[in-house]
Amino acid sequence: MEPHEEKPIIYTMENKPIVTCAGDQNLFTALYGSLTQQLPREPMEWRRSYGRAPKMIYLEANFVQFKEELLPKEGNKALLTFPFLHIYWTDCCDTEAYKASVKEDMQRWQAALRLHGSVDWLIVVVESDNKKKNKTNILPRTSIVDKIRNDFCNKQSDRCVALSDPLKESSRSQESWSSFLTKLRTLLLMSFTKNLGRFEDEMRTLREKRTEPGWSFCDYFMVQEELAFVFEMLQQFEDALVQYDELDALFTQYVLNFGAGDGANWLGSFCQPVRSWNGLLLRRPIDMEKRDLIQKGEASLLDLRSYLFSRQCTLLIFLQRPWEVTARALELLHNCVQELRLLEVSVVSGALDCWVFLSCLEVLHRIEGCCDRSQLEANSSHTVGLWTYATEKLRSLGDLCGLVSENGPNSEDLNKTVDLLAGLGAERPETANSPQSPYKKLKEALSSVEAFEKHYLELSHAAMEMYRAIGRLRSARLVGKSLAEYYMRKGDPLSAENFLLDSLKSYVSESWSLPLTHTRKQIAECQKQLQKMEEYLQTSALLASDTNLSDEERRHFCQEILTFASQTAEGKGQQKDARVALSMSSFTRLQELRFRPSSALVHVSAALQLELRLCSLMPVPVTLEQISASIHFTQEQPGSTAQKRAAQNPDGTVTFPAASPATASASALELCEILEHSPSESALSSAGVACRNMHLLLRRNDSAASLDTPNTALTALAPEDGAQMLRARDVTLLPGNNSIVFTAPSQKPGVYTLRQLCATLGRVQFILPHLYPVVQYEVYSQEPQLSIQPLTEHLLAGLPQQVKFTILTGHYSVKKGDALQLSNTDSMPVLHSSTCSARILSSCAELVAESALSVQSSEKVTSISLPVTPPYHTLEFLLDVLCHIPSSPARMESERLTNGQISHRTRSRTRFNSGMTVIDQKVSVDCPWSIYSTLVSLTFHVPFKVKHSLLSAGRRKFIQVCLQNVSDTNFRLTNQTLTENQHTPSLELLSLNTKTHSLVISQQCVFSVWELRWSDVSPVSLHCVFSAAFAPADAPDAALKPYRYDFTLERVSTLLSVWAEIRPAVGEQLCRTGSLCRLEVSLTRLSEPSDSDEEYSDADGLRTTRLLYEVIDNNSNWAVCGKSSGVVSMPVAAMATHKVHMEVMPLFAGHLPFPNIRVFKYLPHHSSPVIPPDTDSCLENDSLSLLDKTLEDQAETASLRSRGSVQSLGSGESAQPRGPMPKRQAFGPGQVFNGTQGQQVLVLPSADHHLMEVNVT
Amino acid sequence: MAVCIAVIAKENYPLYIRSVPTQGELKFHYTVHTSLDVVEEKISGVGKALADQRELYLGLLYPTEDYKVYGYVTNSKVKFVIVVDSSNTSLRDNEIRSMFRKLHNSFTDVMCNPFYNPGDTIQSKAFDSIVSTMMVQAC
Repeated sequence: MEPHEEKPIIYTMENKPIVTCAGDQNLFTALYGSLTQQLPREPMEWRRSYGRAPKMIYLEANFVQFKEELLPKEGNKALLTFPFLHIYWTDCCDTEAYKASVKEDMQRWQAALRLHGSVDWLIVVVESDNKKKNKTNILPRTSIVDKIRNDFCNKQSDRCVALSDPLKESSRSQESWSSFLTKLRTLLLMSFTKNLGRFEDEMRTLREKRTEPGWSFCDYFMVQEELAFVFEMLQQFEDALVQYDELDALFTQYVLNFGAGDGANWLGSFCQPVRSWNGLLLRRPIDMEKRDLIQKGEASLLDLRSYLFSRQCTLLIFLQRPWEVTARALELLHNCVQELRLLEVSVVSGALDCWVFLSCLEVLHRIEGCCDRSQLEANSSHTVGLWTYATEKLRSLGDLCGLVSENGPNSEDLNKTVDLLAGLGAERPETANSPQSPYKKLKEALSSVEAFEKHYLELSHAAMEMYRAIGRLRSARLVGKSLAEYYMRKGDPLSAENFLLDSLKSYVSESWSLPLTHTRKQIAECQKQLQKMEEYLQTSALLASDTNLSDEERRHFCQEILTFASQTAEGKGQQKDARVALSMSSFTRLQELRFRPSSALVHVSAALQLELRLCSLMPVPVTLEQISASIHFTQEQPGSTAQKRAAQNPDGTVTFPAASPATASASALELCEILEHSPSESALSSAGVACRNMHLLLRRNDSAASLDTPNTALTALAPEDGAQMLRARDVTLLPGNNSIVFTAPSQKPGVYTLRQLCATLGRVQFILPHLYPVVQYEVYSQEPQLSIQPLTEHLLAGLPQQVKFTILTGHYSVKKGDALQLSNTDSMPVLHSSTCSARILSSCAELVAESALSVQSSEKVTSISLPVTPPYHTLEFLLDVLCHIPSSPARMESERLTNGQISHRTRSRTRFNSGMTVIDQKVSVDCPWSIYSTLVSLTFHVPFKVKHSLLSAGRRKFIQVCLQNVSDTNFRLTNQTLTENQHTPSLELLSLNTKTHSLVISQQCVFSVWELRWSDVSPVSLHCVFSAAFAPADAPDAALKPYRYDFTLERVSTLLSVWAEIRPAVGEQLCRTGSLCRLEVSLTRLSEPSDSDEEYSDADGLRTTRLLYEVIDNNSNWAVCGKSSGVVSMPVAAMATHKVHMEVMPLFAGHLPFPNIRVFKYLPHHSSPVIPPDTDSCLENDSLSLLDKTLEDQAETASLRSRGSVQSLGSGESAQPRGPMPKRQAFGPGQVFNGTQGQQVLVLPSADHHLMEVNVT
Repeated sequence: MAVCIAVIAKENYPLYIRSVPTQGELKFHYTVHTSLDVVEEKISGVGKALADQRELYLGLLYPTEDYKVYGYVTNSKVKFVIVVDSSNTSLRDNEIRSMFRKLHNSFTDVMCNPFYNPGDTIQSKAFDSIVSTMMVQAC
């Protein structure tokens, strides 16, 4: 029964709720074993007040013998020692015995309970068969239970249970056990709920009194912690943790309120100076020392916080949440530091660092103690914060105690160390045996410089490795950077350099300028100490151009470079390579490059200047010995690189992109168009768009690698030794924008590409390895060229016209005495004027000189002596030429030129779209630079188009000439005359024109008419010449130029006259529509035909010719009834008349024109040449053209036409399909005079028509 | 109120960073830069677990003894970082959230400006004044 006697120890976590046992102790002892075993076997649901979630709970109990002292006295708030249930055990089955002693005992027990207000009790009656067997005369077993129930449990019958045969393995026994245990658990829980609820209420009441004076947080702390203990005892760690968290929050709030000026009195005790900083203690479940201090109200803030955290830590570890411990620990440590500051607690400097350091390590140790290694590694993200914090604190301790210096601590530092160590106190017994305890570590680290370094490096590396392991590279590098700072303080730049360069990388790749500058400054210091001159100078250059630094600092770094540069190479014998190459990007920023001339395209040995605009980033003016740009030369054909130079703007500038942070990682698409021409012809074969920086954009974008982009500055900066260079010497670059002018070499034709830019400053060279975008210029060489261009849109023939001679001299220089030899042609003489001058233009179209031009003309050759012109210039002059208009559009003979070449100089062809006749003149020019002649073609346009026509009026004849101005110019026309070529004396041409001067507006016509009279025999053929003088409308008379038009008229005299008459039907006054009218055609021979005109046939001794007449009406005004055509024989005698009658019917009313009456010569089939009549062509074509045609392709047409097309020859007369056929032939235009042409006849509408249709023509 | 407010581009270079002038600017640059580690960690963590959850606020990135660093990431992966003095305990999570929301709205306005070239550092006066209202007034 020892456990029952023992006073419960609340310091261990083996606490269980206390249950007292009264009554038969022996009985209970017998049952104790199975009871304690079976009680926690099944969980019970614990329903809780205040809406808290119900929980399944395994109950255990500490069974203690009932004593009155155990019952809590009034006002005792201790919960742990509170007996939650009182059980009375009895196995009495004898009424006598019950009445004699047991009942009395029970009553005493009950009275004691009632005295202390305890209502949680239970009476257990154990029944056993053994006893029943022994005493057979006993009452039924229920009676004792009933009796007890009667006596004690009024209304509470469940407070008494019977347990039957508990020590037997029978089903009945088990059943009774289980119901007993259930009852026991239920009652226990009821008791918990009731007692804890009451406790919580009291606690809350206490808490609400916190504003009252005299309230003590420590007292309250003890009360609430009691509750936490109970929960912990019930294995409800979550609830226990909540209690501590509430206490934590309450305290925190008080501190904050204190900070806000609302101080509570009790807080004063926490504001006492910190005297001990021995860190957290997490190895005990409950730190009784601190708890006592709190209980006594003597705890410092750190004590309270430490104790609170140690409890929270314990519970969290019970809850398997070690990572919350680390997070809370970090928060706690930060918080404590802040709270001490807020409460203005005086702390020895460094004391908090010690406390934090120890605490960090203690937490880490505690966590390591409850987790295995793999778990720790997987969760290093939770612990790394503590490691870093510990590292930082150790570092600041080292700084404080003089351990981070080259000389070691001085006496003052040592005093501080001693003070700090004193505050640590003695090592706690828990860790005394562990060699790696935080306490020992700190003591050791503070003891000597070496030990400090060892521990500091160990911690730093651990933190860095953890950061790296979880991918926090930036944090790792920050730790590394502070490590580097440590090394620098220790005078060990070699170890520092790598850490610094490493952290520089992330700032460079992510463009964080301030940290970048700071780190770079440290690197500069480091490199200077390491005597890495090249790197140091490069860093200095970057720093000198860094606007984040003050002007003074920048000047310092710039001076470093200048000083180095001015040192003579001999002075530093150890350096073989006297020159140091640095990246130019830190020194200057290129802005723009401008070509002069802007085309960047010049001829050989022409002047080409490049103006480079750059921005010097140095804070002071820098005088450079030279700036040079190496050139790459390729012998390419000029023009082929046109698209390569796309980056060059049309105004000849190349703009260098400004470096912005965005371009480092996300560059925009650079698109350019690509046009491919097929080599044979200049036709476009393909067109497309290409991305020029694809290799950058399509590069795999590794997020991890983004922090590790290499520092491009220091790679391969070797000056290029190009054969050709652009050079500028002794340039002083002022801070800011500068402009440097280079003169570009242009000796050879080809493409020059700028490659590398190099600025030399003493021993230092600043090199830009590649110019981007590509800068190119071209040098070309050109053959001399001559071109002759008209000044106006059209050159007009017949008038002096100006043409422009353009000579591109190319590489040829025109010397004195050089002349152009133009071969003269009759049709196009060169007119010379005295005021002829030539303009000399430079290659960029600037006027260089103007000089007179002498033109000498011999019989065959016109010689133009050229002024002296330098190469690659343009020589321009104007010459007047005149192209004679050929008198008729006839072909000109080819003529021999002076130089023996046959030229088809003039050829006229008609251009139908403009209606102008075109004369192509070819001019052969001998140039001084070539042994071959240059043929130049000039096209002249004849401004006029002339038509003539023969008009008849009976026997009288008139010649009409129509002159149309087809040009765009207005002309004045004078002296229109018509002459006959043969000068036949009997012939007279009588002008009927009233005006001698007339204006011919563009695209208008002028008509002139002459009457032709002859005295005796009519002329068979007339060769006439129409001539006139013309000049542009605004030109003086002197400018009048002749115009001539030749034409020939054949068969002039009138042979036949045709008269027609239409009479109404008999009995009618006028013709009516729909009624037949009579048409009488009378053919009269006016003169005897010449032999060639008609064919005679002798019939009845009378010479006759046969004529074919035809009446058709093309306008459908008339319907010809019956025969519309026929053949008549005309006697060959003057005034012989033949009349033909036929019937026609008008189809419309009104004045109707007569139907057409045509007369043809009729050639019988036997006559030769045999031409089949072709109705269509013969009717519609001109007789002349028909004649021409028949002469030309006689045989062919004959065979074609003979192939059975149905011919109508005369009315009803069918043409013979085979054999020779008769043929008709038209008369010449003046040979038949139609007297009734243009006559009209009045036709009335038919009487019975309602609607009258009037056709007015 | 905040002691440092930073806007960081998707590519992790600063678009805007402003801190109270009384304390070392450099220190805040280091702090904010280092906080990107945690931002990236949280973004990638969110990407795996809560891909569809549109929570832009990343919460407390990490506390230091003196400062608390909060993070926020827009859908276009632009990060906002607000550094708050640890002693300033009156700031609740909700207030930090609303600061971020205000910052985000103002940032959106900046982005809507047709004259603003995305990726350039922010020089908008309106944005600056919004930031000023959230910063600790240095007196």
